[in-house]
Order: sequence, then C-alpha cells, then structure tokens
Amino acid sequence: MVLSRRPASRRLLPSWRWLDMAARWLVPFILLLLGLFILGMPFGIPGQAMFRPLYAMGCVYFWSLYRPASLPAPLVALTGLLLDMLGLTPLGVWAVLLLLLQAATLGLRRYLVPSRFLWVWAGFAVLATACASLSWLVESAVHHGFVPAFPILCECLLAIGLYPALAIMLIRAHRGPAALEHT
Amino acid sequence: MVRLSIPLRQVLSRLTLPTMLVVCLAVVLIGQADQGVSDFLSNGLDDVLAPAYMLVSGPIRAVEQGTGAVGHLFTLNAENAQLREQNKELLQWQEVALALQAQNAALKASLHFVPPPAPKFFTGEVVADLGGVYTRSVLVLTPPANGDPKVLIGAVAMDGRGLAGRVIDVGSRAARVLLITDINSRIPVAIGAQGAPALMVGNNGPDPILTYWSTAQPPAEGAMVLTSAQAGAFPPGLPVGVVHYNSENQPMVLPLADLSALRMLRLFSYPNELSALTPVPQDAARQGGGASLANHRRAGHHRGAWF
Repeated sequence: MVLSRRPASRRLLPSWRWLDMAARWLVPFILLLLGLFILGMPFGIPGQAMFRPLYAMGCVYFWSLYRPASLPAPLVALTGLLLDMLGLTPLGVWAVLLLLLQAATLGLRRYLVPSRFLWVWAGFAVLATACASLSWLVESAVHHGFVPAFPILCECLLAIGLYPALAIMLIRAHRGPAALEHT
Repeated sequence: MVRLSIPLRQVLSRLTLPTMLVVCLAVVLIGQADQGVSDFLSNGLDDVLAPAYMLVSGPIRAVEQGTGAVGHLFTLNAENAQLREQNKELLQWQEVALALQAQNAALKASLHFVPPPAPKFFTGEVVADLGGVYTRSVLVLTPPANGDPKVLIGAVAMDGRGLAGRVIDVGSRAARVLLITDINSRIPVAIGAQGAPALMVGNNGPDPILTYWSTAQPPAEGAMVLTSAQAGAFPPGLPVGVVHYNSENQPMVLPLADLSALRMLRLFSYPNELSALTPVPQDAARQGGGASLANHRRAGHHRGAWF
C-alpha cells in the first residue's frame, strides 16, 4: 500500500541508483576538499599556502558557472570557513568572499556560459582579482595598516595563469565522474 | 521526505545565498568579538587533520627518498670524494671544538658559573604546511598529551640548525608553529660577538629584516644573529641566522633553519623563562581553556606582536 502511493519515477529507482546520484552530486565538493587537503602537504613549494585560496576561488567559479546545484551556498560557506581555519585569517572572511564570488558568478552566468572560453577566463580574472583585493583590504584592516600588496599581486597572477589548467581538470571531472545521468 | 511546492522551492533556493552571506557576516562578527571560538575551531580542525596528514606523509616521504636514492647513484663517486674532504675538515674542527669545550668548562668552573636549567623538549614531525597569503605556519605532530598540552604554548621551535618559530596553538595531537618569517613575528635578537640588540621582524618574504639596531653598532655583514633574552620571551643564545645586506642596503637575517622544507622540529618549552611581558603569561595559558598566542596574532595587535 505504502509503495503504491509513491510516484512512479521514485518507485523505480533502486537504492544503489540513489547512492550513485548522490555521489555524482557530491563530486565537486569532494574535489574541492581533496584539493585543499593536498595543498597542505609539505611539498616544500615556495608560497604553497597561496595556492589554497586560489584553488578554492577557481572551483567555486567553475562549478557555480556550470553546475550551481552541486555547490550550493552552504557548502561554499563551509569551504570558506575551512580556508579561514587553515590559513589563520579572521574567521568567516573567506566564507564571505567566496559567497560574494559565487553571487557574482551566478549573476554573470547567463552571459558567460554560452560564450567562448576566453571570456570565461577573463570573467574569472576580474572576479578573482576583486576577491583577492578584498582579502588584502581585510588583512590590512586587521593589521591596522597596509600589508604588502606583492603577495596578493602574485596570487592574482597565479590564479589567472593557472585557471585554464584547473578548468581542463574540472571539465574532465564534469564530464566524467560528476556527470549527471540523463535517463 | 518533505515535498515542497515548486514556487516555494524556487523562493528557498533564491534565498539560500543571501541567508548564508548574512550568516557568514555574523560569523565574522562573532569571530572578532570572541577569539576563543575561532581558536577552538581551528584547534579542533588541526587535531583532526594531523593524523590524516600523518597517514599520507609517510608514503610521500618514501617516494621522495626512493627517487633520491636512484638519483644519488649517478653522483655517488663525486659525492663520496666530497664527503671525504668534508670529513677531514670536520675532524679538524672537532678537535678545535673539543679543545674549546674543555677550555669553556675550565673557565666556567673557575667562575662558579651556574648553568641555566635544561629545557624540556621533544621532536615532532612537520606534517602540514599551513598558512595563508599573510601567514607562515606549519603543523607539528605532538605526542599524546601527557598532562596539559597548553604548557607547550610559546615553546621555541628549532630545526637541526636554527630557530624556526614559536608554538602559537596547541591541540591534543598537533601544535601550530608560527614561523619567524610570518608578518607578525617579532623576535629580540643579539648580533655578533658584542651581542648588539636589535629586533628581527618577519616580512612575509624568505628572510626577516632587522630593525631598531643601534646606529653605534650597525649589524656587520656576515655577523651571527642569536636570540636575546630581552623581554624574557626567548632564552638567550639560540642560533637564528646570519646578517646580510640586501640591494636596498637593508640588513636582513638569512635564517639557518631550512624554513621552506621543514621536516622535523624540536619544541623546547622553557616554563620559567616566560616573563610577564609575553602576551600570554604561562599561568594564564595553563588556566584559560582557549587562551593562546594565536588570539593575540589574529586580533592583530600589531604593536605588541609576539615577544
């Protein structure tokens, strides 16, 4: 009796299909966390800590553009809080910055998704620069004086330079393990 | 599962982002108002992350050493010859050191010198390179807490060669060490044989700069930089680095510690050395649950920094 009340589409899906769908839905967030974890390993790369916020920015931008449902605002906020706790920045600052980045990306989504990759890249360059500049302002406010802007400049250039490589990786994930099945 | 009508779901999905934004802004305010919250959270995260990093760092190191061994095979002969040369030289220095040690002991004996109390220390593996654009810190595994882990706050971290930093946060499994290159690091140092006082200031670059040195005794290029007991935060005489003038004629310190590739750190706790001038007196650090030097760091007390 109970079974017959459910809609037909739901009744037909066995449990492993639900699991599969959930896994595919979670891939973007898991990739994001895994990347942040790996970037914390002591590889001895100079300025390694710098890669963490720029990786997060790239991921949030990419998934907000192509699969906003997979990286909803609460997960973005969680990522930001993790970044703050790892990087000893004031708690919540990166959460706010990443949410602003997501809001801006969702606003531009209509224009960016159909356009060429060069425009998408330019969009990321502008948004990442804005985000990094805001983080510099916050750091300056916390330190009661301007902190050197050079590291932020490096971060911006690295973010812009590395975005195509990140995008290639994420596009593979988007088409492969994270792809939604159309059945 | 609750079934919602489509318009309601649309409204909810539109409201998620603004709501989260407001929540996060509230978190920023809470974090600023009560540093204990963010310390508690980041300590908890460090404790969770430390074993995870420990698990993965083993294989990485094995691969590193494995490839290193293959790489070394090609230069084995040349390296052997170099090592023999070095060994000969070091043996000579050993004799000099032994003679000086004997002389030192004799002089101390004749002066009735009271040796400083030996600090407690233990060695921890650096498992993660954490930090941000404006922070330089590493995560060090600490042995399972025997007693109160908060005793370690303020412990001096040294690698095999010199001073690397200071412990700012301690959890039950891991300690976070703020490196001397961090923008908040201020360390009183003594330069050269005269022990001319100066302040070593981290500038986010690889080499910290020297400030507040006396114009009567400017730091000489190549002079040894040791920690100074001024302000009581550090024990005197720990090796830090060597003075070097950069192209802008600014004296800086080339750290002896290999800060970009830290593998092991020794954490020395000097319980009696910390005076009232340290940001968190040892007693307060022991009593206060969330008290740590990180409070001070995050609060951005730029003037005080962490002596």
